[in-house]
Parts: sequence; C-alpha cells; structure tokens
Amino acid sequence: MGSESSAKQFAEAGADLSLVGVSKRFPGFTAIDDLTLKVPAGSFFALLGPSGCGKTTTLRLVAGLEEPTEGKILIGEKDVTDTKAYQRPVNTVFQSYALFPHMTIFENVLFGLKRRKIRDADKLATDALALVELAHVAHRKPAQLSGGQQQRVALARAVVNRPALLLLDEPLGALDLKLRRQMQLELKDIQSEVGLTFLHVTHDQEEAMTMADTVAVMNEGRIEQMGAPEELYESPKTVFVATFLGQSNLFVGTVSGSGSEVITVSASGNELRVPVERAVAHRGEVTVGIRPEKVSLHVTKPTLTASQTMIGPGHVTDASFSGVSTQYLVEVPGLGEITVFAQNMSRGDHARLGDEVYLSWDIEHAFGLADAPPPSARFVSDTDTASVAVQEREKLEAELGEF
Amino acid sequence: MAFGAFQSSAPPGAPVASAQVQRKSPVALWLLLPGVLYLVLFFVTPLFSLVITSFEEPVPGGFMGEFQTGFRWENYVEVVSTYFSHIGRSFLYASLATIFALLLGYPIAYVIGVKLRRYPLAQALSLVLLIAPFFISFLLRTLAWKQIFSDEGFVVATLKTFQLIPSDAYLTGTPFSVVFGLTYMFLPFMALPIYTTLEKLDLRFVEAGGDLYANPFTVFRKITFPLSLPGVISGTLLTFIPATGDYINASRDFLGATDTAMMGNVIEANFLVLQNFPAAAALSLILMASILVLVTIYTRRSGTDELL
Repeated sequence: MGSESSAKQFAEAGADLSLVGVSKRFPGFTAIDDLTLKVPAGSFFALLGPSGCGKTTTLRLVAGLEEPTEGKILIGEKDVTDTKAYQRPVNTVFQSYALFPHMTIFENVLFGLKRRKIRDADKLATDALALVELAHVAHRKPAQLSGGQQQRVALARAVVNRPALLLLDEPLGALDLKLRRQMQLELKDIQSEVGLTFLHVTHDQEEAMTMADTVAVMNEGRIEQMGAPEELYESPKTVFVATFLGQSNLFVGTVSGSGSEVITVSASGNELRVPVERAVAHRGEVTVGIRPEKVSLHVTKPTLTASQTMIGPGHVTDASFSGVSTQYLVEVPGLGEITVFAQNMSRGDHARLGDEVYLSWDIEHAFGLADAPPPSARFVSDTDTASVAVQEREKLEAELGEF
Repeated sequence: MAFGAFQSSAPPGAPVASAQVQRKSPVALWLLLPGVLYLVLFFVTPLFSLVITSFEEPVPGGFMGEFQTGFRWENYVEVVSTYFSHIGRSFLYASLATIFALLLGYPIAYVIGVKLRRYPLAQALSLVLLIAPFFISFLLRTLAWKQIFSDEGFVVATLKTFQLIPSDAYLTGTPFSVVFGLTYMFLPFMALPIYTTLEKLDLRFVEAGGDLYANPFTVFRKITFPLSLPGVISGTLLTFIPATGDYINASRDFLGATDTAMMGNVIEANFLVLQNFPAAAALSLILMASILVLVTIYTRRSGTDELL
C-alpha cells in the first residue's frame, strides 16, 4: 500500500493554491479570462460575485471537474492542471450537497476515507459526524434528513478527509437565516481548528465578509478587486465593487485641482475632495463615492472643518425608520438622489419629508473610482431587483419614446 | 411481492413512505374496477381453468385427447420426471440469455443514457435504432438468424476458413444458436429499463465520487451501478421471465433442435400435438410457480427495498 503517495495521507496543513493565467472558454462565451490568483495556505478565501461571474467555474477548475482552456493550477508546489479530480488533495462541499442517496449518512462520510484506505476510517467518520452534531442520524439515508442536516453531512463528508484545500460552493445557500449564521460560525471554527485552506464561492456579500480573511470580488470572469473585507468595503476601486459590496453614493465629475494630499473633483458645481491615496485616477473624469452611513445630515448649514466636504442644500424625498438607524433619500439638484443612513442617537438632527437639509462627510471616507457607473441604478448592485426594475422601466420608456 | 421491483417507492416504515400513503376514496376504487374486471375475466378465470385441467384424468376407453374432471395429482409427478431435463434447460438458457443481454445491454444503455446526453439528436437516433428491430416481426428476424447461421451461410463458412471451428461443425440447432436468439430477442427489453434509470442519473453524484478520491472504475462500481439497479432488476426480470417460457427460438423450425427443446416447446407439443391437456396444464403451472419463486428470491436478494 503506497502510503507515500500524497493522496493517501491526510494533509498536515492547508496548502497554497495558485492559479496562473487561467482561462476557461465554453463555446460561445468566456467564463474565466486570464485569472491569476494566489490563496495562501490556511486562509479562508472567498470568491464573491453575482451569478454568472465565473466563480463556480473557477471552483470546478480547482476541483478538477473542468479543464482550463489555458493556464496552470498549482496546489502546494505541485502542478495539478493535468490530473483528474480523484487524484487531487481537494474536497468540495457541493451546492446541491450531492449526498449518495443509496448509502447511509455514515457510508457517505466514510466514502472518501475508504477510497484512500485510511486506517481507523470508522472512528474518523464517527468523529466527523459528531463534529457536525449528527451522530444520531448516522444510519439514516440522505432523503430522510432535512436540508440543513444534509448540508452538515456534506460538510462532514468533505472535512473528514482533511484535504489540503476545501472548496465550498455556496454551501449555505439553501439554509434559513438562523441555521446559516450557525453554520457560518461552525465553518469558521472548523477552519481554524484544522487549519485547512478554504476556498468559498458565494454571491452573498455578507457571508463572504463575515467569514473570509480575504475576499476576491469577481465580475465577468475577472477579479475586480481583492483584499481584506474591511479594505474592500472602505476603499473600493471600481464601481462594481462599490455597489456590489454594500451601498455607495456615486458622483461623476472632473478633476479640477490636485494637491499633494487631496484632489478636488467638481461635479455639477459641487466641490468634492478625495484623499490622493484613496483615488484610483487623478485626472480627467472620475467617480467619487461615499458610503451612506458616512454621510451626516444637517437641517442648518453646518460650519465645516478643513477635513470635511459638504453638499446641499437638498430635500428629503424619503425617510424610512428601521430601529437603529433611519434611511433618508435626499434629492440634491445636479447630483440626484443620495442615500444617508443616520444613527438614531438622542442627539443629532432629525429631518422630515420635504425638509431642506445639508449633507457632509469627512474627506478621508471618500473614495475615487476609475470607471463611471452605469447611467441608472447608482445606489444598488446590478443584480438587485430594484435595479432590474429601473433598467426594465428605462427600456420600456425608450421603446415608447420611439412611437 | 416480486413485482415491487418495478416500482421505486420508498421502503415501508420510512417516514417518507408513510407521508405518501393515500386515503382510499370511492373514486379510486371505481377507477380500479375496469382493470380488476379485466384481470378476473382474462387471468383469474383461465388460471382456474388451467388448474382444473391439470388434475383431469383420461376418460376410460375414450379417444385421444378426451379427459374428464378428476384429481389426478400424478400428472405433476409424471411431467416432472418426463420433462426434467427440459425444465432445467429452460432455466439454464434463460439465465445465460439474461446474463448476455445484461452484458451487452448495459453498455448500450450507458452510452445512450449518459454519454449521449449532450447530443439529443444522437441520443434519439440511438434509441430508435435500439427499438427498430420491433418494427419487423420477430418470427422473420429469428428466421433470418437461422439463415445467417446455416451450414452454407457466411458465418459458418468464415469460421471454418479460419479453422476456428472443426470442418464438420454447425451452428443451427445448437444451444449456442438458441441462447444467441434469446439474447438477441430480449436485448431491448434489458437495455430500455436500464436506459431509463441511467438517463435520470444525476451526474453530480458521479462528480462527487471523483471528488472523494474514487477512480472512474470505483465510481461505476459504487455509485453509477447501484443507482441504476432498479433498471437492471426490471431489465433482468423482463428478459428472464419471458425467455424461460419462450418456445420460438428453441423450436426446431427456428434456431433449435430436438435436444434444445425448452418447456415452452414441450407445453406446445402436449397441447397441440399430443393433445395431453392435463400434462400441458401441469407443466404450465410448474413453470409459472418456479418463475415466481426464483423471481421472489432474486428481488429479495438484490434488496430492491434498499434502493432509494
């Protein structure tokens, strides 16, 4: 029995994953375009993007379920591009769980261990089921379990093999919110406990942000931006990232002045300032963004310090109270509707519908993006239903306009 | 019940099954009525008639084929002792044909049901090809095989030329040609049910197997084949049951000879030629009972209730 072969041994620790210039083209479209990515050993890495952005294809390439059209895939130092799925030290928690319906839960968990002829397989499988608190259903069939239980079995079946790399394909998609939270914590625990490298694919930005050390935002087969969750949220570099991760108010303007620390962008007569190091482009037409919770609302014109920007006056067009905060929509002439999240503190200004208000924020929170937002849907992601509704309406208006 | 093999319901006692138990409504009973009437008229009644016939005794001093109601259980002993070798041969030939049909039919079903999934046109064409032989009378097809295997035919001549068989060898009227004929005849009955299950096989299970370190052979052995078992069991039953009672292939007029006669041939001869109706009836009932016993053991052993 060749116990030297790596596939038959447990990974001591997670391994690095590298994708070098990987492309995947299907007849008619490119799913992944020249992707280069390095996932350090032991990290929890999330690939985040809307459906169809190529994240699942990336995962399938790593698992060995698809072959790349171009490029190389390395796990640890080994090039696994030409190896088959069963030869790779990788396990996947499938979106559909894919539990074998003709086997018991226990047999499902045992499956990978048996294939690699691991000793004490029965004990390891029992332990893995105990880890996900499902020891009591070991002898049932998958069809007799609830969705959440099946999901945990799928996780146990993958984790029990101690793969160098664990791939998670939207594994929490089918769970309700409470179970989802619980599983997120459990996953995180398991990851830090066994020190595996996790590659997590999801379209849920909150899930990616709470769980992952590093998030890569994918769009149309490319990585838009990669970094720690806070970094991505605080300093997005593209419009897609700024709108897909949370909400952003975006203003398009022209750079009218640049100093050593801030550049000034004039948009419809308003002077917006952005720190130089937080701006991607420093000349020409740029997009300036600010997160809604960074914006303060004033009913009287505030006195500004040097480190603040103010716009206004504008009118409150919508105010919705949601307990801890109130979401305002403020219509500022020339800049359109601006979203503001105001904390409901005892002090501070409250505004009512139709009130004239001024908006201000600290310059250090503003960010400058290279690309311009699409003409509609500036505050929501492309895939948001509200955005789709706006786009549909515009299409309809354009159509009607032709008559 | 043996024919539970044809349905893929959940095992009794499972929580899933109990939820599916339907309330008996009068409408359902009315809908059942035509079927029940049909079966009573054309299955139960003839079956009773057959049982009564099997115990009939000859009219003393009567003509050939003249019998009267009685309880002559010796009929059974006589047919078993007389036709023992035919009974054994029937099951042997049918088993061989079932095995060969499975070995040939499974790969065909796999290719059509799994490999051709991405090419719907090729898949449809292959299915038509598989069913196409049904458009020609099976008598004609069997006669055609008789011609192909005849002593002057191409197959025998070629085999002799290459000295693969002795120069005085022949194929017609041998067990080989009978088993061949049975295999050929029932191949679609084997392949189609297997195709039906493989066509629905969720390939994500296959992917998951590969992801869990199983090589393609193990994936087949542990995942694909077990998941296609309902089709395999249906196919083997649809082949084995009719093949055991088949009397065309083994007949002297087609691919068989006197020493390849199966139970069907003997029953036919007793009913139509010898006019020994009680013997024919007794043989029919023995055939029916033994198939029922074998099939029950088979479905129990293969654990159909373990499936899904």
